[in-house]
Amino acid sequence: MNKVAIIGKGHSRFGDRSDVNLAELSFEAIQPALDASGLTAKEIPYMALGSMGVWSEEPLPAVVIAEYCGLTGAGLVRCEAACASGSAAVFNAYSAVMSKQTDLALVVGAEKMKQIDTSTVMEMIGRAGYYMWEFENFGMTFPAYYALHAVEHMEKFGTTEKDLARVAVKNHRYGAMNPVAHLRHEITVEKALNSNVIAWPLKLYDCCPITDGSAALVLASESKVKELKIEDPVWIDAMGFASDTANISKRENYVGLSASVKAAKMAYNIAGISPIDVDVANVHDCFTIAEIMAYEDLGFCEKGDGAQMIRDGETEIGGKIPVNLDGGLKAKGHPIGTTGVSMLVELTKQLREEVKPTRQAPMKNYVALAHNTGGTGHYGFVSILRR
Amino acid sequence: MNKAPSLESNRSLIITYNLPISKTSKFWDELKQGKVYATKCKKCGKLVFPPVADCGPCGSSEIEWTELIGNGKIVTFTEVVVKPASFSEEPSYIVAIAKLSEGVKVLAWLSGIKKEKLHIGMKVKLKAKVFSDKKVAYEFVPA
Ligand SMILES: [Zn+2]
Repeated sequence: MNKVAIIGKGHSRFGDRSDVNLAELSFEAIQPALDASGLTAKEIPYMALGSMGVWSEEPLPAVVIAEYCGLTGAGLVRCEAACASGSAAVFNAYSAVMSKQTDLALVVGAEKMKQIDTSTVMEMIGRAGYYMWEFENFGMTFPAYYALHAVEHMEKFGTTEKDLARVAVKNHRYGAMNPVAHLRHEITVEKALNSNVIAWPLKLYDCCPITDGSAALVLASESKVKELKIEDPVWIDAMGFASDTANISKRENYVGLSASVKAAKMAYNIAGISPIDVDVANVHDCFTIAEIMAYEDLGFCEKGDGAQMIRDGETEIGGKIPVNLDGGLKAKGHPIGTTGVSMLVELTKQLREEVKPTRQAPMKNYVALAHNTGGTGHYGFVSILRR
Repeated sequence: MNKAPSLESNRSLIITYNLPISKTSKFWDELKQGKVYATKCKKCGKLVFPPVADCGPCGSSEIEWTELIGNGKIVTFTEVVVKPASFSEEPSYIVAIAKLSEGVKVLAWLSGIKKEKLHIGMKVKLKAKVFSDKKVAYEFVPA
């Protein structure tokens, strides 16, 4: 098997990107990723795209993006794993390189969610629970799904609405320092607590925004790394994967996501590390409660102690394990299929100590973890990077 | 705010899906009679809700129908305030997951009570619900 390296990365500005179409937005990430690798588009034999689509007009975004960015002729695929589509695309390209099918692959995440109105976006995402049993008659939304988790977590472990707000405050603080983040303003606990209820107990500031954005990575085998004379690349040490029931009613409980637990165990095993070895993490904070559950599911603390970690500042710079130093989904934004790719772009920067000192995690082992879930914990991917 | 130039496309698309229920038609017919049914696999004995025609885990299609008495306790709940487009005419609604005495969990709307009065562990009853337009569903009400 090949070892797989990240040799180039690119990231568009996230936000309302009504100034560009999906292909133009993708170019903003793809071209810098190619430039950083010293490659041109025609040298790329394979491209995997993470994208949900539906909110933008092209049903076959991979071919449109490939043509626009000069990649026509390469093997193409669009991967769907809901909000983890980006990680599914990474896994697809990583597998292609690891299995020696190709020495080079491009991973792209691209999503334009601002082309339709907000309530239709809520509808399209809400339908992605289990349409037949949870949407048709009951109109579930994604905030509502995570609210179901928050209510049980609060009851069982004493997590409070204030704890949820603390997650938003932390992620907004780092988002404000990230030039590509969607929401670049700091907030207070009071502001978060006083924001409008979306699905009780989750309020506006407990929810990630609706965002446009793209990200790209060039993956290469070890021999290609040598051939291209790439010094000091970042390696994908492991990827873990898992899933959970389509019907949320069939889950054991609502205080965590079992797909996250399983995917994390697999990734830790393959990489031969434990949670304490991780210097910096990006976790899937689509809602504030999701970040607290992720601390627990990923083994950063015991089940039930997630809120204590945020109270004690353990997930800020200077704490036990800094989390979401790019602002997370909460402040950087969550262009559905882009997120998994964007997380790896950010962690590659963190590992290479390329970000502003004010949001740079201190590196001890040069190990980073990305946690990306899709649907309401339906899909789970955990990736471990090492420099 | 400045709006970026865009082509205002007028090619709108309305999609309405037909939802096939041939294999679980008993479930929908019984709802009209005021009864809520689950399915049970004859091979492994597992009771399942929502109903299924096949048992994935053991690969069997030998399924029997069981009526649910509907006594349950709330496991978790929420109130949906910001609604999806096709529910925009509805007032805010409470969604609860309750565990029934038969062992299965069910997600449905909970009506007849305010969110402030709810708590985990509270007893609820699962009931069939027939709308004026003959559409059927099921809901929880306070026990
Ligand atoms: Zn069975």
